[in-house]
Parts: sequence; C-alpha cells; structure tokens
Amino acid sequence: MLKVDGLKVNYGGIEAVKGISFEVPEKSIVTLIGANGAGKSTTLRSIVSLVKPAAGTIEFNGENITGKDTNDIVAKGITLVPEGRKIFPDLTVLENLKIGAYMRKDSLTEDLNWVYDLFPRLKERHWQAGGTLSGGEQQMLAVARALMSRPKLIMMDEPSLGLAPLIVKGIFDIIKEINKQGVTILLIEQNANMALRTADIGYVMETGNITMTGSGAQLLADEKVRAAYLGK
Amino acid sequence: MSKRKNTIISALLLLALFGFILILERMLPPTHIALTVLKKSCIYALVAVSMNLLNGFTGLFSLGQAGFMLIGAYTYGILTIPVEARASVYMYYGGGIIQFAVPVAVGILAAGITAAAFAWLIGLPVLRLKSDYLAIATLGFAEIIRAVFMWDKLGVLTNGSNLLRKFPTFSSVTFPFIVAGCCIAVMVLIINSSYGRAFKAIRDDEIAAEAMGINLAKHKRMAFCISSFFAGVGGALLAMYQTSIQANTFKSAMTYEILLIVVIGGLGSVTGSCIASFLFIACSEWWLRFLDAEMYIGDFKVPLLRSGFRKVVFAVIIMIIVLFYRRGIMGNKEFSVEGICNFFKKRFGRKKEAAS
Repeated sequence: MLKVDGLKVNYGGIEAVKGISFEVPEKSIVTLIGANGAGKSTTLRSIVSLVKPAAGTIEFNGENITGKDTNDIVAKGITLVPEGRKIFPDLTVLENLKIGAYMRKDSLTEDLNWVYDLFPRLKERHWQAGGTLSGGEQQMLAVARALMSRPKLIMMDEPSLGLAPLIVKGIFDIIKEINKQGVTILLIEQNANMALRTADIGYVMETGNITMTGSGAQLLADEKVRAAYLGK
Repeated sequence: MSKRKNTIISALLLLALFGFILILERMLPPTHIALTVLKKSCIYALVAVSMNLLNGFTGLFSLGQAGFMLIGAYTYGILTIPVEARASVYMYYGGGIIQFAVPVAVGILAAGITAAAFAWLIGLPVLRLKSDYLAIATLGFAEIIRAVFMWDKLGVLTNGSNLLRKFPTFSSVTFPFIVAGCCIAVMVLIINSSYGRAFKAIRDDEIAAEAMGINLAKHKRMAFCISSFFAGVGGALLAMYQTSIQANTFKSAMTYEILLIVVIGGLGSVTGSCIASFLFIACSEWWLRFLDAEMYIGDFKVPLLRSGFRKVVFAVIIMIIVLFYRRGIMGNKEFSVEGICNFFKKRFGRKKEAAS
C-alpha cells in the first residue's frame, strides 16, 4: 500500500534520514521503533510532506506522492496523528472532529457515530474545549480526529507518549480495533514492547537507517532488540 | 432546537436595538453627541470585527487595518464624487482623470474589493511571516500606502495631499447601522462555517491544522482578504461619516485604536468587539470629554483637569484592563441571553445559598 524507497531527509546540513526503504502492506499494522533522534518522526512527517525529502520516492497505492502538497496527500487517504497529540485546545471536541473531516464534503453523521462508538468518552464530552481533556482523552481525540478523514492509512507518532500504562493499553486496544475494521496503521513508538506485540511487521531504526526487519514476534524475541529496547 | 431559539432571540434583540436607535433618532436633535457616537461606533465595530477575524480567529497578528481602510475610503471617494463637482475637488489637477461616478452601493462594494485585491497582493510575500514579523510588515505596508496616496504624481487620481470631498454621505444612524450590521452578520456566518473552523484550527496549532489537510497558505490568504474587504468597507463608511478624506487621518494610531477595541472586547469574540467599540468611542468622544475642560467648583479649580488629561486617564484604564481583565470584556465567548441568565443564576444562586 505504502512503499518508501531510498528516502533521505536533511535538516539544514544534518542528515536525519539516510536513505531508508520499507513497505506497509494493506490492512496491516507496521511499526518503526528506535531511540530518540533515530529519524522516526522525520520519516512520518516527510510521508505527508510536512518536510520535503531530499531524495527517494514515496508511493501510495502505486502512485508517486513524493513532495506533493499535504492537503492532496490527506485527500488521498493518509492521515498523521502528530506527536504530542496537537489537538486544537480552544475548539470543542466536536469541532476538533469536524476539522479532521475538513477535506470531505459529504455527511459526517455516520463517521461521528463510528468514532463515538470507538471512544464513548468523547461523546460525553463533545461540547468541552479540547484543552480541558485529560492527556489520555486528548490522545483519543487525536486518533478520532484522524479517523474522521476516513483514512486508508493512519500514521501515529508516539501515541503512548506521556500516558499511564493502563491508558496506553487502552490506546493500543483501540489501534487493534481500528485495524480490524480495515484501516492500515503505521506506528512509531519508543514503547517497543507494546508496539512489537501489536504489530505484524516491525522495523528498527537507528541514527537514520533501518537496521533490522522482521515480524513483531521475531523482533520481540531477538536478543539485540531485547538488549537495546526492552531492557532485558 | 435551543440553537434555533438562541438565533431567534438574538435576532429579536438586534431588532429591538434597531428600533431603539430609530426612536432615539426621532427624539434627539440631529446634532446630538449620542447620534455621532452611535454612527462612529457602528463603523468602528465593523472594522474591529474584521480585525478580530484576522487577529482573534485566525491568529495572524496584523496591523495593516488603517491601510486597508484608507484604500477603501479613497476608492469610495474617487468613484462616487459627482462629475460636476470634480472640477472643484481636483482643482490642482485639472479635474482628475476619472470622469464618471457610480452609485453609493457600488462605491462601497468597490471599496471592499479594492482593499481585498491589495490584501491578496501583499499577502503573497507577507503571509509567510509569523507573529511579530507579520505585524511589522503589515504596519509598514499601511504607512507606505499612506505615503503613496499622498504622492503628488498620483494627484490626478488621489488628489495628492488635498482633501477628497463632495461625495455622497449619510446623515442618519440607520445607514451605517444596517451596512455594518450586514457585514458583521456575513463575518459571523463565515466564522461559523467550515472555513471559520479551519481559521480557528490554524490559530490553535498550525502543524496539526496542516496535518489535517488544511492548506495553510490558502486559508491565511483567504482570512487576510476577507478581513481587508470589510476594513475597506469600513473605510468607505468612515469617509462618509467624516464627509472628507485625507490620507493623514489613517495613521497607525487608528490601527492601534482598533486593536485596543479588539483587545478590550476580547480576542475571538465578535460581540465583544461590538460592545467595546461602542464603549471606546463613547468614552473618547463623549463620556470622558469633561476631563479635557478646566472645571471650577465655586472658586476651587479642580486639579489635573486640562486639555490632554483624557488621554492620560484612558491610558490608565487600558493598563488596568490589560492587567486585570487580560482576556477582555467577553474573553472568547459571545454575548447571549443564555449567558446572561447563567451569570445571574450564579449570582442569585450564591445569594440564596448564603441566605439559607
């Protein structure tokens, strides 16, 4: 579904991503794990063209989308849940959700019911300002907002960041549930344990390169991964 | 259901206000200061809401409002001066080059469109800037445009540094009230539409807005042009109110006055801007005027009261507002009957609790 080939991204003179290639098959959960500064977020940001890649191609459903405008890419069905949630604090929950569906012109009732089913808490609080929600609720809102664009591929940048373990588990349950309903997921995580347990395919990124590939279970069992990311 | 009820109540309130103004106009002599204040505050309310649309709702800190008002005022003046009066207005420039006049409505519309067109052009380079830098650039634009309009070489069009006058004006309060009211209503509709939501999203978080597929450049330009359009209309109304146009009246001080109204009313509140513009104009033109005149109680001369003291008091009031009511009169909320009911319920509820 998504095919990244030889992607390079520079910030000024610094090479953040040094020519990586990976694939996200349809209806799968793929995860990129790695330490701080490995280039994971940069990879996601360049896929939706928030930063422009220096080299390489990004293909989505066979179409080259490298360097296209972000709004065109979102319209094609890729949505990013940004790092640190980035909900709109002064807008109500409902308005946040409607902004998620900004690229669509059709009726939203069905999708609103869908995300309210996934996140009943948001329905209760639909009139509240986004900034007054708790961290976990804000993360739910960020995911729900991304779902409102009815994406084919949803990319999540550290959904577990700064959340209590129990809430993290809830978020990952929802990720699995969304995936079951047919949405492909590309997940970036520092919480390697959780991410690898959830993912079908995992990639390990180190300082701008992909150093290891395998199924989630394989990586989870790999000694090097265990030593470096799972602390065992 | 309750939303519709609110809309109906708001509409009724507006009608009542309009009726009140009609009655006021009948009862007071036509030169009464209250009518002058009402006229001017209608115009300032329009411009303040247009500035709020940009600064409060889209989060673009722009200080170019006076420049766009100037463009609007001049466009209106240039297009609507009757042909027979042009020879006397443009006496130093051989009657000017434009030898036709359009109806008032067309002139006002043209004022808005010209201001919006200028905004579009300026927006191309300037809207890449953020916060303070955008403010500096737009302020610079406003000053440049003022100098350009006074330029002697353009005199055949703008009458140089001389007054433009003899264009159609209004005498009744109802005219600016209706025009400003319609314009503000349009802006409220825009703010409540999906475009308005996109503006607010950009204000809250640009990166997230972009990730949602909102085209930042396009929406910022749109907000800038809409805001300038209504500033242009406001400029045309101000020209009609002043009955003459001179570029020197549209100084940056005017932008600051409007910015003040927006801040006092509350960034992100349309009704706040309207209420604040009335209070501001009423204070500066009417209620605080006594501070400028020397006053004697018997033989005792009240100290401090002299010409210019009003501005000192004004500055102090502004400081108090900025220190203690940082979010303005309305914050980012809107005036509504429901809000007032809740406010009183809270007050009386508390009293009841205290009594029991």
